[in-house]
Amino acid sequence: MGTDPKHLEITLETQVESVNLAEEMCLRVAEAAGFGEDDCYKIGMSVREGVINAFHYGNQERPEKKIHLAVDLTGEKMIIHVLDEGTGFTLANVPDPLAEENLLSTSGRGIFLMRAFMDEFDVVPGRTGGAEIVMAKKLPLQNNPGTNGQGSQGAAPAQGA
Amino acid sequence: MALRATHRDAGPSTVVDLSGKITLGEGSALLRKTVRGLLDEKRTHIVLNLADVDYIDSSGIGELVSAYTTVKNRGGDLKLLHLTKKVHDLLQLTKLYTVFEVYTEERAALNSFQQAAPPAGA
Repeated sequence: MGTDPKHLEITLETQVESVNLAEEMCLRVAEAAGFGEDDCYKIGMSVREGVINAFHYGNQERPEKKIHLAVDLTGEKMIIHVLDEGTGFTLANVPDPLAEENLLSTSGRGIFLMRAFMDEFDVVPGRTGGAEIVMAKKLPLQNNPGTNGQGSQGAAPAQGA
Repeated sequence: MALRATHRDAGPSTVVDLSGKITLGEGSALLRKTVRGLLDEKRTHIVLNLADVDYIDSSGIGELVSAYTTVKNRGGDLKLLHLTKKVHDLLQLTKLYTVFEVYTEERAALNSFQQAAPPAGA
């Protein structure tokens, strides 16, 4: 894949199948960008968790709402945006799933996994009024010799955010 | 690959052989249905064999925790067997490795029940 910036976006239905669709789409982009198996796993899992978050928490599983997925590939990194049509949330208010009292919780680990698996992670107010997850993974060094894996810019918010 | 689940009795205990992905939707639902079905049959000493499970998302992790607490609340116990590297790493990352009893040998997992109380309802 060349160094020209690339942009892909897709609007997904609020349904379980969208989770797999989003993961598969981003995995193809990641593989084409030269990410190895381990990074592809982490990117795929993070996309999956982002879309699950939008499906369940953001859109409250309401089928009339949409999930907006965008992928930007720059010379330095792969940036993923997941935007829902909910009411948004504050990252600081998300409970820590590693806290003793939350260890046996049956939910609430998605944000934690995205943070752990991606190089950059943030949640910003989206243009829909919902939450927009913005996360990025630096490209492998052989595709990114100019940065030497350092000094990449912060994940940019999507247009209109 | 969609999750598949079969189970076999090993004395008073039951081994559930899982293969595929434990993820949001059918995978998590099948795990829930399987464990609840065993509890309905008073099979409360359960080993989940995850040797062929190579992918679990947060929904699947939640379902494992739910299965664990449900079995515990019924007076039984649920243990994990043969974790793949990805699942092992995920449980370590989420600190659940300290919650579940994890075994690398089926015999050891089954013997661990014998050192504990007999199954509830037995």
